[in-house]
Amino acid sequence: MQGFQRFLITRSINIVIVLFSTLTLTIALLGSTMDKTLIDSINASVKEEVSQQKITFHSTDEYRKYVDVKIEQQIKSVGLDEPWYSPKRFGNTMIKVMTLDLGKSNSFTSSSGSSSVRDIILERMPNTILLFTTSTIIISAIGLYVGAFVASKAGSVWDRINSAFAVFSGSFPIWWIGMLMIFAFAFAYHIFPARSTPLTQPSDPSYIIDLLYHMLLPLITIVLVGFGSWAYFVRFFVVGILNEDYIQAKRTAGISEKKIVYSHALKNAAPPIVTVIALSLAASFGGAILSEAVFDWPGMGKLYYDAIGAFDYPIIIGVTYLLTVIFVLTVFAADIVYGYFDPRVKVG
Amino acid sequence: MISRRQIVEEFRRSRAGMAGAGILAVLIAMSLYAAIAIPLESFRQWNNPNYWVDYPRSAAPSWTNVGILGPKAPQHIILSYPNDASVSRSSLNGINLVTHTYTVDFDYDSYPSDFMLPYDVKYGSTPPILQVDVSRPDGKTFRIYYFSLPPSQSTGGNEASARVFSSDPKVSENLRNYYGDFKYQQDASRPEIMIFSDLQHSAVLKGKYMFKETFYLFGNSDAVEKSGVVLGGKVYGLMGTDESRRDLAIGLLWGAPVALFIGLTVSIASVLIGLVYGVIAGYKGKRTDEGLMRINDVFYSLPTLPLLVIMSVAIGRSIFLITGFLVIFGWVGMAKISRSLALQIKNLQYVEAAKLMGQSDIRIIFKHIIPQLLPLTFASIAISVPAAILGEAGLSFVGLGDPSIPTWGQILHDANSAGAAASGVWWWVAPPGFMIAITGLAFVLIGNALDSIVNPRSKKI
Repeated sequence: MQGFQRFLITRSINIVIVLFSTLTLTIALLGSTMDKTLIDSINASVKEEVSQQKITFHSTDEYRKYVDVKIEQQIKSVGLDEPWYSPKRFGNTMIKVMTLDLGKSNSFTSSSGSSSVRDIILERMPNTILLFTTSTIIISAIGLYVGAFVASKAGSVWDRINSAFAVFSGSFPIWWIGMLMIFAFAFAYHIFPARSTPLTQPSDPSYIIDLLYHMLLPLITIVLVGFGSWAYFVRFFVVGILNEDYIQAKRTAGISEKKIVYSHALKNAAPPIVTVIALSLAASFGGAILSEAVFDWPGMGKLYYDAIGAFDYPIIIGVTYLLTVIFVLTVFAADIVYGYFDPRVKVG
Repeated sequence: MISRRQIVEEFRRSRAGMAGAGILAVLIAMSLYAAIAIPLESFRQWNNPNYWVDYPRSAAPSWTNVGILGPKAPQHIILSYPNDASVSRSSLNGINLVTHTYTVDFDYDSYPSDFMLPYDVKYGSTPPILQVDVSRPDGKTFRIYYFSLPPSQSTGGNEASARVFSSDPKVSENLRNYYGDFKYQQDASRPEIMIFSDLQHSAVLKGKYMFKETFYLFGNSDAVEKSGVVLGGKVYGLMGTDESRRDLAIGLLWGAPVALFIGLTVSIASVLIGLVYGVIAGYKGKRTDEGLMRINDVFYSLPTLPLLVIMSVAIGRSIFLITGFLVIFGWVGMAKISRSLALQIKNLQYVEAAKLMGQSDIRIIFKHIIPQLLPLTFASIAISVPAAILGEAGLSFVGLGDPSIPTWGQILHDANSAGAAASGVWWWVAPPGFMIAITGLAFVLIGNALDSIVNPRSKKI
């Protein structure tokens, strides 16, 4: 396992670098804007505090001086008097982003009424994960089966239909297909709701069922657009393996073609399939996030879309960070699986 | 290696490749048509609602109005001076009379939803008088407006520039004089219905209507700058209009050159960068290779969309900046491919020979290795166009596209914000996405065809 260990270490270093550079880039790009919004919110809160204290001032000048001093104190205590790129602030901000301690959102609240960025994002995250793990599992199941099926019939009509389908669905924006699906199944035929946010309250016991019903249309769309390219990749690798000598040997040994394709060939094609599929998953990730906005699915993608529309920086930064983490971990997991399967990596 | 002629010949034989080339030709034709025939103003003013006031709101494409499937809905009609008006001049007691006549062939099964008569007159001291007569197919003529034009608020005292609306009380007042002509109860407060009604029974009177707009000008230098007739309808143009009254045909046409520009610029730039980067890594080997490929790995695992969002939020949203952002993420794949090919080529005898002759590394890379990879480069450029187009479309879709120009992604963003799909405005949703898909498809087909010709590895399977 020497080689595999080395592989694990280099990959881990890689994801740390990726996360670190993403964070650095985000803070470098949005640092000054973030500072401005923070100072604005301090201004507002100090003014409110002073007006609630009911101190009587003799002149507006006195009032202004009092408020200015208070604001100054607050800014100092938070550390905003230093620029965002000072090492202390930079490190602080980085830790804050990592723990999603990003203050309050200006325009959004969680269902319990909290406007803390962490609460809002963490409330949405399970929905995103639910939709995408479910669709990924369905896509991989269909993709593996269809891919192996057309591989066993390479050159047939099914094979060509599958290739054409993969090319077509690969160049379609998934969020556009989503809009068409809404038109077809919510407007023309009232089968599914047009907006995927359930109307029942999360505390209601029937909420889960309602949520799953609302999830169906986005799920069907993501699967429909996604499985074509998976099947195409699976076919590509399985066909390659079916031409290998040892498979021919198995054939002559009298093992049924079905067993050869679905068991032996698929198993041997696994490592490259896993990597390519993880990468294609990663590539479709952005589009899938956007499809949340189309379907109004109450996940992070929808939150992202709304936050961009409202220029709500704390939310944008928080969601960017979490999306990056999810993405990087997916790629990392695929790498590990690949390394585990591939003997060349083990040898080092 | 195969010659250029061989590549062209083999490409001609590839049906998918030729289909892709055909689509690309159509897109280029669309771009040229947009550049030559469509006023550039419509491109610049795409997001300015004032530019589109004469257009209908959410009107379906006019070809949906075939008349077989049901009643023929009224077409939205925009007529304006000087293109559609026949002009006559006369003079009466020193007053100049200018008459603009517009002919409307109205053979639809329902009434227009409203009408407007825009005008713009420059005058010296006395405001001009506008008189509007509508002569109907049955020979009747209704005088619907006779009034001195109010001076325009915005441009000062010497210009009358506004529009007469069908809801104007003066129009209803004039129409009351014609109640006697109708055999049944008419309603002058709905001029768009009364003017287009049959005298005998309550139905649309089909045929040719003439809108005669006569301007009484009291000064010698007075001039009519603008006039027109806008009849509100349910269908308009080749592709319909959106909720902000924009003509979608124009938006879709302008989207073509923009998409081609983004797609080609991004893919050419990123493939060339990736090519040089990968070849240097592969040729130099050792530490250089290791370092360069580590950087490549980092870029490979960056999530594109979230970072694109951050960059456009923080830096800017102009089309050139977006192109640059997309290049940052675009070069990675090509670098990996060209590195592995450079590893093979650098061990070939002629490269070794060049090295022994003492040629510099740069010279070997650009003279001996990269030319070998050029056919593959072309294939890669074509293959990476769709990702660039989808990237820009996705960015536009979240609302971070260049606000000064129309793109297909932005049209879809507006459609999504207005809930177009759920309210059945399919002509706002289907065509832009179809254009994105078909443009991507064209380049995928071309790229795959080229790739299977120049890349021996993909040929086998």
